[in-house]
Amino acid sequence: MKTDKFFFEHYGLTERDLERYLAPALSAGGEYADLYFEYLTSTSLMVDESMVKSASQGISAGCGVRVVSGERTGYAYTDDLSPARILHAARTAALIASGPAKEPVVGFQEKAARSLYPVTLPSVDAEITAKVELVMRADKAARAADPRIKEVRASYADELRNILVIGSDGTFAEDSQPLARINVFCIAKTDGNSARGSAGGGGRVALDFFFGEKTPEHFAKEAARQAILQLDAREAPAGEMEVVLGPGWPGVLLHEAIGHGLEADFNRKKTSAFAGLLGQRVASEKCTIVDNGTMPWRRGSLNVDDEGHPTQNTTLIEKGILKGYLSDRLSAKLMGMADTGNGRRESYEHIPMPRMTNTYMLSGDDDPQDILRSVKRGIYAVNFGGGQVDITNGKFVFTASEAYLIEDGAVTAPIKGATLIGNGPDVLTRVSMVGNDLQLDEGVGTCGKDGQAVPVGVGIPTIKVDRLTVGGTAKRDTGGFMQ
Amino acid sequence: MTQTQIETPSKPATDLKEIASDIVSRAVARGATAAECVVREGDEFSTVVRLGQVETLKESGSKSIGVRVFFGKRAASTYSSDFSRSGLDRMLKSALELAKITSEDPFSGLPEASQSGSLTSNLDLFYEDVYSLSGESRIDYARRAEKTALDFDPRIQNSDGGSFDAATGHKVLANSHGFVGEYRRSYCSVAAVPIAQDESGAMQRDYWFSVARSLSKLEPAELVGKIAAERTLRRLGARKVKTAQVPIVFDPLVATSILEHIFEGVNGDAVYRGASFLAGKLGQKVAGDNLTVIDDGTMPGGFGTSPFDGEGIPTRRTVVIEKGVLKSYLLNTYTARKLGLQSTANASRGLAGTPGIGPGNYFVEPGPRSPKEIIAGISEGLYVTEFLGHGANLVTGDYSRGASGLWISGGELAYPVEEITVAGNLKQMFFNISEIGSDLEFRGAVACPMIRIDGLTVGGA
Repeated sequence: MKTDKFFFEHYGLTERDLERYLAPALSAGGEYADLYFEYLTSTSLMVDESMVKSASQGISAGCGVRVVSGERTGYAYTDDLSPARILHAARTAALIASGPAKEPVVGFQEKAARSLYPVTLPSVDAEITAKVELVMRADKAARAADPRIKEVRASYADELRNILVIGSDGTFAEDSQPLARINVFCIAKTDGNSARGSAGGGGRVALDFFFGEKTPEHFAKEAARQAILQLDAREAPAGEMEVVLGPGWPGVLLHEAIGHGLEADFNRKKTSAFAGLLGQRVASEKCTIVDNGTMPWRRGSLNVDDEGHPTQNTTLIEKGILKGYLSDRLSAKLMGMADTGNGRRESYEHIPMPRMTNTYMLSGDDDPQDILRSVKRGIYAVNFGGGQVDITNGKFVFTASEAYLIEDGAVTAPIKGATLIGNGPDVLTRVSMVGNDLQLDEGVGTCGKDGQAVPVGVGIPTIKVDRLTVGGTAKRDTGGFMQ
Repeated sequence: MTQTQIETPSKPATDLKEIASDIVSRAVARGATAAECVVREGDEFSTVVRLGQVETLKESGSKSIGVRVFFGKRAASTYSSDFSRSGLDRMLKSALELAKITSEDPFSGLPEASQSGSLTSNLDLFYEDVYSLSGESRIDYARRAEKTALDFDPRIQNSDGGSFDAATGHKVLANSHGFVGEYRRSYCSVAAVPIAQDESGAMQRDYWFSVARSLSKLEPAELVGKIAAERTLRRLGARKVKTAQVPIVFDPLVATSILEHIFEGVNGDAVYRGASFLAGKLGQKVAGDNLTVIDDGTMPGGFGTSPFDGEGIPTRRTVVIEKGVLKSYLLNTYTARKLGLQSTANASRGLAGTPGIGPGNYFVEPGPRSPKEIIAGISEGLYVTEFLGHGANLVTGDYSRGASGLWISGGELAYPVEEITVAGNLKQMFFNISEIGSDLEFRGAVACPMIRIDGLTVGGA
């Protein structure tokens, strides 16, 4: 499919129409107005008890109109793309301002196009059989992995989001954003004992991605392995201790501990524990952390953000020094900083705000084995569920789903899921070793902020944190890990 | 700004019930053995005032439709936001085609025709007054909530704002048994999120809110602002504590999360898979004698009330746990058939996919003692006011979450604590609920009084 001018072709829009919609948006003053057109098609399949129990497809389309006046934002949207409805939304959003009408710039300028991800024809029907096959293969592989795997649910979901952003400053950006993932969840059971495991992955990829290296079997075996491992997990220790994080998904630590705190809106409003710390040391000198929206096919990547601004690779922390925030258009303007292309939104129903893309720590020099050997007593956490942060006091948590004890430099028994809790502005100052093995996660992360969910990526090499609180239940006498 | 209301362009005269019934009959005419259609329409208004200035103002409406079709025991679903003739045709055609690739599942299907229906009494769910305020008055509501918090104490100089929200929703469900039902619900809320700072520069944030189906039942903005300020100030100067096993008191707002774990445990989907720590325990003791848990979708004015569930079965009152004994799971049609039981009318349906299971008004029956009496009975303990993270494993019952709150010493709230964890196992936790407060209050569909649980581990320094 030719993706250019999707909305022009599907809805008969013309440049003249777009100018006509922007004019009422600025009719009550306001410095800036933009329109975000979205057309989203999605498919999801679920195999459960080895049956395709659920299959669904849908279309959601609409347009959101935003008017900005100083720190004020007016917003209205419509799921009916008729001119009357869009004009009505524009006039509603305009009311945030009070002043003489402004004229939008005449003539749109399209930003240089980039292509970080494939855009395949949404030939949903032709591909549906292949998608069913993927999920059935995942189900089969998980069951075959071990006789103790008793319950398997495997799912596939994809979407294609076509967007058009036009702004009163002449901004004109279109993008076609694919997103696909496979997930496998399983339960292992033995007499009187059960445990769960899950794995998944994907990105802004075409279907062939799952027929290559990242096959359904890859995710199925991983989910089964985790469930089996957890059958024998011991109680986790409680208290402060040394923690080694494995590479990849444990990068969710960075997302929670510092990523949210560096979103520009919180810093502009001085509600973040990181406010006013630019140029100061917030991590050990071994830590360099970036947010990179330009990685090909990654889940968090975007050619342009949801304000039509190209994404970029932004250095947040360089050798421990705080270098930058993640901004959208509004915060960049009010703070007198560059727009880093991090203005994102869940859909046309939502106001954009600064959000992460792919956030990760660069590799260091340490051998991951040396890192583990350096720990006398601690835990080695290699997989996590979600996390959460209170950006104002900086406290964050993330919950380990696969972790082991480290005793005298050796990785020993698996332990039950435990929550790790720390303080964002100082946890990274305790990073004493950084491995040479950066990995990004497999592509399943979704971040929530103010009720808006967006896909993101995280990554990290193996690192050692000298002190972090682990929330287990083991008693002093059995674990010996309480300090 | 003087107004936020604008004349709305005239909508085409379409009746949502007619649209839904029409989709169902067309699906059947094209060979489906059964079909179900849902239409949802809603309007929303929201405003945030920060440091006295309007920060955001949002006003909009939207409409969407979803269809589920059956060919014998095969099912598929599609949805759309396009109500044009061609949009609806495309949605229906996709569903009919998609059903070809799904499996025959002997337990799938609509409820029995005899189960369909809708409560006819006035459920007190819809008040037009949520939109009766002028734009300026709505903003003023948000402004007053924030201003009360900002004026409350000099340590509160910053804020994440005050807000006022209003919304109405209209839902229609039709199926090929001839059921067509609809209901409207309204909602309004006011909230304040102050930020306080102590001498060291450390910041804390907390919030308070009021929510109601009618503007006339919404609490005053000033009360919301004052409570928000008090909740924020009491967090200043928080410290860590040593790892210990002490009694833990859950503030009602966080106690609801414990109740939600029970919900996940009695959720029919987890039960038939054996993926719940409560599976196979009907009729058995799963908690102490003092715990009674009710799900009631019929309470007038309730936030979890509706005349019928997501599959068109009249809602009802279900005793889930009575004096510690597990009495009922919460089920939709599919999970009921899997377990050889009857649906408890807890089907929840989004636009697409198969129906899930959701609560009605879901709560713990209050106990005899006041919050103050409960805290007075503890010499050393933790009062949790906030959880961070979601560390509960419903398969194993393992439980570990980040927390903050106040330390209890000598029967009184002594000082704030943070950066700690609370851990245990859900299977034992419900037997270790030693106190249930008298302070049951609904601020949402799920409500729990203050509770005290013993035997949990507090992880700290």
